[in-house]
Amino acid sequence: MSAETPPTPAPDARVGGAGVVPRERIAKDLAAVPRVPGAPKPDPIIVADGVRRSFGGINAVDVEHLEVQRGAITALIGPNGAGKTTLFNLLTGFDKADVGEWSFEGRPVHGRTAARMASAGMVRTFQLTKALSRMTVIDNMRLGATGQRGENLLASLLPSVWRSQEAAITARAYELLERFKLDTKADDFAGSLSGGQRKLLEMARALMTHPTMVMLDEPMAGVNPALTQSLLGHITGLRDEGMTVLFVEHDMHMVRHISDWVVVMAEGRIVAEGPPETIMQDQAVVDAYLGAHHDTDLGDDRLLEDDVVEQYEAEAEAEEATQ
Amino acid sequence: MDWTRILTNVAGEAFAPATAAYALAAIGLNIHFGMTGLLNFGQAGFMLLGAYAYAITAIAGWPFFASVIAAMVAAVLFGILLGIPTLKLRGDYLSIVTIAAAEIVRIISRSTSLTSLTGGNSGLSGGDGYKESFESLCPFPDGSTTLWLWTYPNCTSNSWWLRLVAWVAVAIGCLLVWRWMRSPWGRVLKGIREDEDAVRALGKNVYGYKMQALVLGGIGGAIAGIFYTLPTSVQADAMGRTTTFNIWTILLLGGAATVFGPVLGSVLLWTVFMLVKSILRDAELSFITSTQSEAFSWMLVGLTLMLLVIFRPQGVLGDKKELAIDVR
Amino acid sequence: MRRGTGAVTLLVAALIAVVLQAWPAHAAASQPCTPDATTGCVTGTVKTAEGQPAAGVSITVEGAGGSSTVTTGDDGVWSVPVTAAGEYTVTIDPATLPEGEQLRDPSATTRTVKVLLNSQSRALFPLGEPTGAAPSAEPTQGATTAPTTDRPSGGDSSATGGVSGKRVMQQLANGLVFGLLLALASVGLSLIYGTTGLSSFAHGEQVTLGAILAYTFVQVVGMDLWLAAILATLCGAASGWLQDAGIWRPLRRRRVGLTQQMIVTIGLSMVLQYLFQFLLGGGRLRIDTTNPKPVAIGPVTLTVQSLLSAGIAAAVLAAAAVFLLYTRTGRATRAVSDNPALAAASGIGVERVIRIVWTGAAGLAALGGVLVGLYFQSTAWNMGGTVLLLMFAAVTLGGLGTAWGALAGSLVIGVVAEMSSLVIPSDMKYAGALLILILVLLVRPQGILGRRDRIG
Repeated sequence: MSAETPPTPAPDARVGGAGVVPRERIAKDLAAVPRVPGAPKPDPIIVADGVRRSFGGINAVDVEHLEVQRGAITALIGPNGAGKTTLFNLLTGFDKADVGEWSFEGRPVHGRTAARMASAGMVRTFQLTKALSRMTVIDNMRLGATGQRGENLLASLLPSVWRSQEAAITARAYELLERFKLDTKADDFAGSLSGGQRKLLEMARALMTHPTMVMLDEPMAGVNPALTQSLLGHITGLRDEGMTVLFVEHDMHMVRHISDWVVVMAEGRIVAEGPPETIMQDQAVVDAYLGAHHDTDLGDDRLLEDDVVEQYEAEAEAEEATQ
Repeated sequence: MDWTRILTNVAGEAFAPATAAYALAAIGLNIHFGMTGLLNFGQAGFMLLGAYAYAITAIAGWPFFASVIAAMVAAVLFGILLGIPTLKLRGDYLSIVTIAAAEIVRIISRSTSLTSLTGGNSGLSGGDGYKESFESLCPFPDGSTTLWLWTYPNCTSNSWWLRLVAWVAVAIGCLLVWRWMRSPWGRVLKGIREDEDAVRALGKNVYGYKMQALVLGGIGGAIAGIFYTLPTSVQADAMGRTTTFNIWTILLLGGAATVFGPVLGSVLLWTVFMLVKSILRDAELSFITSTQSEAFSWMLVGLTLMLLVIFRPQGVLGDKKELAIDVR
Repeated sequence: MRRGTGAVTLLVAALIAVVLQAWPAHAAASQPCTPDATTGCVTGTVKTAEGQPAAGVSITVEGAGGSSTVTTGDDGVWSVPVTAAGEYTVTIDPATLPEGEQLRDPSATTRTVKVLLNSQSRALFPLGEPTGAAPSAEPTQGATTAPTTDRPSGGDSSATGGVSGKRVMQQLANGLVFGLLLALASVGLSLIYGTTGLSSFAHGEQVTLGAILAYTFVQVVGMDLWLAAILATLCGAASGWLQDAGIWRPLRRRRVGLTQQMIVTIGLSMVLQYLFQFLLGGGRLRIDTTNPKPVAIGPVTLTVQSLLSAGIAAAVLAAAAVFLLYTRTGRATRAVSDNPALAAASGIGVERVIRIVWTGAAGLAALGGVLVGLYFQSTAWNMGGTVLLLMFAAVTLGGLGTAWGALAGSLVIGVVAEMSSLVIPSDMKYAGALLILILVLLVRPQGILGRRDRIG
């Protein structure tokens, strides 16, 4: 009956400390990686094989092989309906794959529940931010801490068992809140925060679990442009502390700014991989986006070239004519 | 109209064993709904199981505390059985399954084919001997005692002894909920109430926590069942859907997710109920019979529930901002 | 999931064991009056305030079959057999009560009960302090009898008979008839859920409303049964319109959450239920007092009335299906049910559709109520409460929010309820139907015809 209480990781083993891979090394490692879908990486944290998930006969995700480099920021992009979020849900245990297996940090983890993935060190955020609105900001943060003795039904009745741990958790929560500039809001209900602040809170709360890998589902969606820059800074900050980041994004400017590697999905498949500087020149990527009449700025100057625009318009007209 | 008698009765209702029992059942429901957001519409089923488990084992000669443990075990098993198929599904499935399960318990326990065990549809009465183990623990002398306006037997049936024990149980229930609400465990439940996926994403075993909450609240209901039936008799039909709905009214009246809400709600509901019923009865209105006055009082309970939910969902004690009413 | 299935299997096994163990006790229990085709029983148990049986209390039963006086036995039980159906007055003699005991309601020394042949009617006289009654005093105490479910057809009112092929056929036929009637009410409940997301606990009262309106029109006003049924259906539909206009639309406008709305329906259900009791009392009400005419179709015996009822139900359900499939409004209804936001965006008047659904659903429920009232041979203020859970079970079983699912679910529930009395005591048959609901949810949470993405 007792809730899952994974052992508390040593506070600084994962964040900061020796686990940090210097950015230059990541860049060097990735430079040698072939730019093909499913390319093997020198130091993968996730290795996935033959992952498929279908809804009503349509393959939402059909990934043959995927590796994610440890310590890097990997962007997962693709037009609407490409299966990015579904893949995300599968990897984080929020959905069950029809077939396929994958490992996290060398251990097979397919079929694990979301809670167990999170305790294994893979923590996620949501596209529609899930701030726990009717709890205070500080309680949101405290909830994130793992291995709490007071989260056991019976132990919770004896404050002496958990009080010291609670104090440590609270102190760490305030540190993180300060870093995310939310410390003045600590005692407000989370529901009273702005959209961007909620994103920050969700990220800060995720960090309370001492993750090895942070999965961000559209971290920029619905964020006030004024906050964008600081949010970007926080994400690169995660890498600089040694965490691996995988994020789903539409905003191509952001992808180019902060990612070390880009994986492009279309119609459930991975169609291209490569560094952000060159990925948008890949023909498969252009096809994927234009074929799906993607409605956002690709953030690539190529898009402004006349022939591409014309091609886009012609396709749009053809589409309208058939309706 | 005899106002002294009416007011004495109404005030007596405030600390009656049944009021305490309803408060306990509502404390249990508060763990379900107020703390975790679970829509349990079968709290009367937990009461019924508790009452029968207690009474049947007591008649079989078990000592009082063993019978109480039997009632708690019955609630634990019932909670686990209900939780397995539903706690992974959307909230309204739990509500339909719990109300159906409570009805199953009621139908089975009133069935004539179980008369040897449950007394069938006439139930179990004091004559069957289920009250003795409790009454034999009574430290008071025999007879009855008048305290200020109220006279009750010391030890038998609707007694001072029962009142004492029932309200001590309510106090313990409040203390536990108070402790839990301010603990990390309660914080996880609250998180689940707000958004269980978010809590899952933080590595908590949401299913396990929901199960714990369901079972704990059910134990509250089972113990309420014992105190509810000790002054009268164990009757399947006395703990049906109306009982569940009354418990909901009590919880929402007092305030969900508060410590004293269930107690205040129970006291308020039953004193007002008694007041309305007594006045209608004593007024000797030519157009209203006594059955009708009772029906009228129940209509008022239903109306209270409707108006509360629409206009003051946080109840008397609740904090409007921190209100647990709209779960997915 | 697999572990869960195992646990439930255990529960079922335990349940069966309990039932089997209790079986001989049932057969051995002495019954001073056993209802059969020519006998009805009026019975009760008098207990003291302490819950002890009160022996030697004098009870008089007077009515169409004459008058007789009995005294309660050592177990407090009394019972009077009567040979003619009708209304009987039961009088208790307060002077014969044990020392120190009094009636909880001293003015009510008489009860009026409706007695049917082949059934039991109970009259209870609670003893205790006049107004010191615990809040528990359920209004069902008093001369109330929940609508029992004696089948009009003979030979199946007790579960003691063997399982013969003939009985299987008979129960199957009864189940199908009952399922069709249940479907009338369930389809509306399901459509309301589909279009608004609301599980209405007050839908049972819409069913009762139909039944008691029919009773009022026939027995009080003196109308023809056919006319009364049509009028009751129309009044029911009007009540649905009013309910949506007066309560649910304003609540939707206030953006009151669905859980809140659901609790409001619970309150409304209580208000309506006790309003019915307030107006018509707690007794059984017979819509049609003529004796049912049996017809034999092969091995199955049904009454003309239940055959007609089933026919009407089938015809009305077919009409509803045609409406949903082929009319513009019907298609709009299904579109709203599928995806309200999308439907609204594509120009469908969602509010208008919801109003039509409420009106139609309440009308169907009222018609269902009339027919179920005829099928049960009587109705009562709390009939809807009994039927409501079966309706919920049917709707959930079929798949929340789908009209076809509600129909399929109702037939399953009807058949399971009636057939289960072949193997379990007949007073447990609704428990069997509800248990099926829980078992199906374990295996297929989306219901028989539901879509997977609706479950969460």
